[in-house]
Amino acid sequence: MSESTILNLPDQSTARVPKRNFITAEDGLLSWLLTGDHKRIAMLYLISITFFFFIGGAFAGLIRLELLTPQPDLVASDTYNKFFTMHGVIMVFLFLVPSVPATLGNFLIPIMLGARDLAFPKINLLSWYLYVVGGVMVIATMVLGGVDTGWTFTTPLSTHYLNTHVITTALAIFVAGFSSIFTGLNFIVTIHRMRCPGMTWFRMPLFVWSNYAASILMVLGTPVLAISLTLVLLERVFGIGVFDPTKGGDPLLFQHLFWFYSHPAVYIMILPGMGVISEVVSTFSRKRVFGYTAVAFSSVAIALFGFFVWEHHMFIMGVSNYSALVFSLLTMLVAVPSAIKIFNWSFTLQKGSITFETPMLYAFGFMGLFTIGGLTGVFLGSLGMDIHLTETYFIVAHFHFVMVGGMLMAFLSGIHFWWPKITGRMYPEAISKLAAVVTFIGFNLTFLPQFILGYLGMPRRYHSYPPEFQILNVMSTAGATVLGIGYLMPIIYLAWSLKYGAVAGNNPWQATGLEWQIQSPPLTENFTEIPIMDHEAYDYDWLEHKTKQEVTTVG
Amino acid sequence: MADTIATTEPAAEHELHEHVFVPQHRHHFETEQQQREAGSFGMWLFLLTEIMFFGGMFFAYLLYRNWYYDAFVVGSNQLSLPLGTANTAVLITSGFFMALSVWAAEVRKRGLLVFLLVLTTLLGIVFLGIKYVEYKEKYELHHIPGEHFDVSEFVNPAAYGITNEKPLPPDMAQKVQLYFFLYFAMTGMHALHMIIGIGLLFWLIARARRGDFSAGYVAPIENFGLYWHFVDIVWLFLFPLLYLINRHPMK
Amino acid sequence: MGISPVLWQFLERWLNNSALFPREASTIAPYMDALYFFLLGMTVVGVALVATIITVFSLRYRRSVHPVATQIEGSTLLEATWTIIPLGIFLICFVWGALLYFRIYTPPVNSMNIYIVGKQWMWKAEHPGGQHEINALHVPTGQNIQLTMISQDVFHSFSIPDFRIKREVIPGRYSTVWFNATTPGEYHLFCTQYCGTNHSQMIGTITALSPADYKKWTEESTSGMSLAQNGERLFASMGCNACHSGNAAARGPSLAGVYGTTLQLTNGAQVLVNDAYLRDAILNPSQHVTAGYSPIMPTYQGQISEDGLIDLVEYLKNLQTNYRVHQTLTTSESDQAAPITPGVSQP
Repeated sequence: MSESTILNLPDQSTARVPKRNFITAEDGLLSWLLTGDHKRIAMLYLISITFFFFIGGAFAGLIRLELLTPQPDLVASDTYNKFFTMHGVIMVFLFLVPSVPATLGNFLIPIMLGARDLAFPKINLLSWYLYVVGGVMVIATMVLGGVDTGWTFTTPLSTHYLNTHVITTALAIFVAGFSSIFTGLNFIVTIHRMRCPGMTWFRMPLFVWSNYAASILMVLGTPVLAISLTLVLLERVFGIGVFDPTKGGDPLLFQHLFWFYSHPAVYIMILPGMGVISEVVSTFSRKRVFGYTAVAFSSVAIALFGFFVWEHHMFIMGVSNYSALVFSLLTMLVAVPSAIKIFNWSFTLQKGSITFETPMLYAFGFMGLFTIGGLTGVFLGSLGMDIHLTETYFIVAHFHFVMVGGMLMAFLSGIHFWWPKITGRMYPEAISKLAAVVTFIGFNLTFLPQFILGYLGMPRRYHSYPPEFQILNVMSTAGATVLGIGYLMPIIYLAWSLKYGAVAGNNPWQATGLEWQIQSPPLTENFTEIPIMDHEAYDYDWLEHKTKQEVTTVG
Repeated sequence: MADTIATTEPAAEHELHEHVFVPQHRHHFETEQQQREAGSFGMWLFLLTEIMFFGGMFFAYLLYRNWYYDAFVVGSNQLSLPLGTANTAVLITSGFFMALSVWAAEVRKRGLLVFLLVLTTLLGIVFLGIKYVEYKEKYELHHIPGEHFDVSEFVNPAAYGITNEKPLPPDMAQKVQLYFFLYFAMTGMHALHMIIGIGLLFWLIARARRGDFSAGYVAPIENFGLYWHFVDIVWLFLFPLLYLINRHPMK
Repeated sequence: MGISPVLWQFLERWLNNSALFPREASTIAPYMDALYFFLLGMTVVGVALVATIITVFSLRYRRSVHPVATQIEGSTLLEATWTIIPLGIFLICFVWGALLYFRIYTPPVNSMNIYIVGKQWMWKAEHPGGQHEINALHVPTGQNIQLTMISQDVFHSFSIPDFRIKREVIPGRYSTVWFNATTPGEYHLFCTQYCGTNHSQMIGTITALSPADYKKWTEESTSGMSLAQNGERLFASMGCNACHSGNAAARGPSLAGVYGTTLQLTNGAQVLVNDAYLRDAILNPSQHVTAGYSPIMPTYQGQISEDGLIDLVEYLKNLQTNYRVHQTLTTSESDQAAPITPGVSQP
């Protein structure tokens, strides 16, 4: 055991990946496509969301390529509009929303709770199929010529003024939304009803708490998206007038309905990532998360408050000044629990024993970038400031900081952290550290200039721009190139590790948590017998005591 | 894990260690009670999502009724009160039979269970039939929102032989389209849920006839009962909001 | 040095023409920038704080110098500290921002009013004197200017970054914003709400002129009729004067001097007659019936454009007596006998 890493691999000359595990349990494509095993479903999700991530990323590359020059010279305006719409739709609905919950959450939550599976395995599988159907419909939209409403489907543009494939896309998101609802439903029931004996709420890992909060949002918020899209469809097909001022309707009604979901959606996206950070920071500091209860409650607080701030996306849309006051105040309140978490994670480092493996590097990246992203959110929640900054690149920079600098880094942190558990093999540490640093540098280069562009007034969704904005755009595109490389690297070395990576053993990180006490990869039934939880979460004393008494076995 | 059914004893103290399994026990659950509770909880959660789903339309209704009350009154008066009331009675009775089916399953009376489920289904179909009659009438009168919507009846009711309705100014008459959009969207969404429910009922009847639910495993009947009652309750909100806006039976 | 002079020239020109910070060209801009720098400062301090904590702890407690972790549960005092202090700072942001917001979205009385109509994909500016501009707006400096805006189709957003103002331009209702330009010059106008194909081409130039120059500009720019004159013409041609003739026994209320007053409606409501009310009353008359009158006014929804509505609103704003109304009434009635120019098809 070296001093600068806690990695503890079994003796590689004799170690083997266990022959009987959830991957080798059954053979054949159908055994995967008709599985009820939450771990296999998580794998299916991982493959699909990675696929969609790269499509969404390709669109991002095309956008940045066009924005190298002030003139609209690469593609036609309609095409460019389709680029950013597809980028948004794919990244939000087909990548970020399912990313951590559907892959890591699906895989880990039953194990972390000491259960054999989620409450409803068949619904879990249905969830994946709904996701795939939604994804295929989005691809169909692309193939048929694309959609250019923007991911926000603003009416009356989307209902009466475009002749692109709005209906297909709206239906696709409708279907994908149900995937999200069923995942959230499954998690909530599992967490309430399937904890093993001794696993009280406050002994659960914080990863479970975060996913629980996100699941509440998924279950209660997504149906409102469904009805918003349904109304857009009806308006588009039948011209019923619900959003049409000439018929007495109100286009602002759509805004309220849409943002009622889409604001909680951003918390759906970030909360599971925060759960990952809790696990990673605690493991690589070798101590319990500072202020466990505060972090747990702050997750639920974010979920709760998150439902009451949606109008902050509409401050300049002619809403009553007094309603704007209320929502601005609530927005400030929802910022506080996130601040609490950042400080709690920072202070987990105090008096810890810290190492800097790749998951920890990504976690540090998260903490810095999410702080910037979150604080710039306060800019936007402050009413007067929002007038100047809204609808500009400041917004774009803000949400990319929290979504990419925050959530995506957390996702990568989690993937690296639990990779040995999922696959039984270790990823290569040196190149993964390099990828983390490349990503961090690329990210900052891409999105920091966009804050400046935003204050200058460069509007978002612009195909062409005044020439004096060019230098910042060129910087941003340069950064995007670096960022793209940073994201390609893990694909390569993670795939490589499947065959050539070191055998990981049960607990390469020497972490607490029930998932680290079973074999890697786990058995289909997770546990040979249901554990009884007799210690607190992140109990490193218990772990030390246990490993002293344990004889390290092979394979 | 035992695949045979052990007869249950009322002695609850031993329950924790006695694994009582019905054939439908899923192996990731430790006890049948856990499975039942999880299933029930899941169904309640799902109904919560349905409330949020319908909620969007209720909100739109709230807004537009507040803005265009006169148009909503006229629109509501276009609906057939006898048919609406009949439908309400039909659905409540259907719900009653559904509740009885749950009891029949619990006391393990197979024949009675099937009979009651059939009654539930029949009444559900009657409900849909009456709705079809109502929709057809609206189609003929050009009350369906969209291209063929016609306001002339509301602007000049006397010309159509309607004596008990005030004429609406043309701009307010245009807003009746919004009322009808909400009528069709809300009752249509409700009808869609009923159709799904009836489909599920056919499947449940088939399984009930095989005896699946009269041997101790009642969860599907119970959970479907929750769903059916929810659909019932939604109608109980829709009926007064859509049909009874300005009815004064005492006048 | 080793840099080619050509490249150096290119870089120099590029850097000199690049922008890093918008100009402050309105009275509100310094206030906006002050809030911005406060928020920026808060962010820098916050990030520096977090980064410092992480760095210091990472170095001090790295495994090689601190091999055994001390298990710490938490500290209520610290939790309270980092809950209350951020909350306090965020509340300052809230109050400051709210004050600024109310300031920007509450136009001062007696502002000069200019109408803006947005449509895919251009801006039309209509000065009360009748000057029409496309994708441009000339304004005098040192004067409070209110923009009354509406869209003809989809959502747009009127943004002048150098003035630090922006407001959504919505179909179906007026939205307003005001500013007071301080420095003559040319400034960017952007549409900032995605509105379809040529969203990024829906840009223009705001030209702020000194009051003297502005006066010259208004005199020189092509003036047809002023908005109010056009409105008067519409008032007659659409038949409004038939009911709103100003007579005591007329079917509709007199509209002279009604703008700015409080009106009692038949449903008991008391309303302020402003731009939005006038526009709405023309399009949805049944909800805006003055007390004492029957709801017989027809709706003009679909028969009149937003420009026409603006003309009518501007006309009514300036209508002080019914004299001209009577004139146009008699004139239009006697129009029946006017000779028709041969070969011209009747409208």
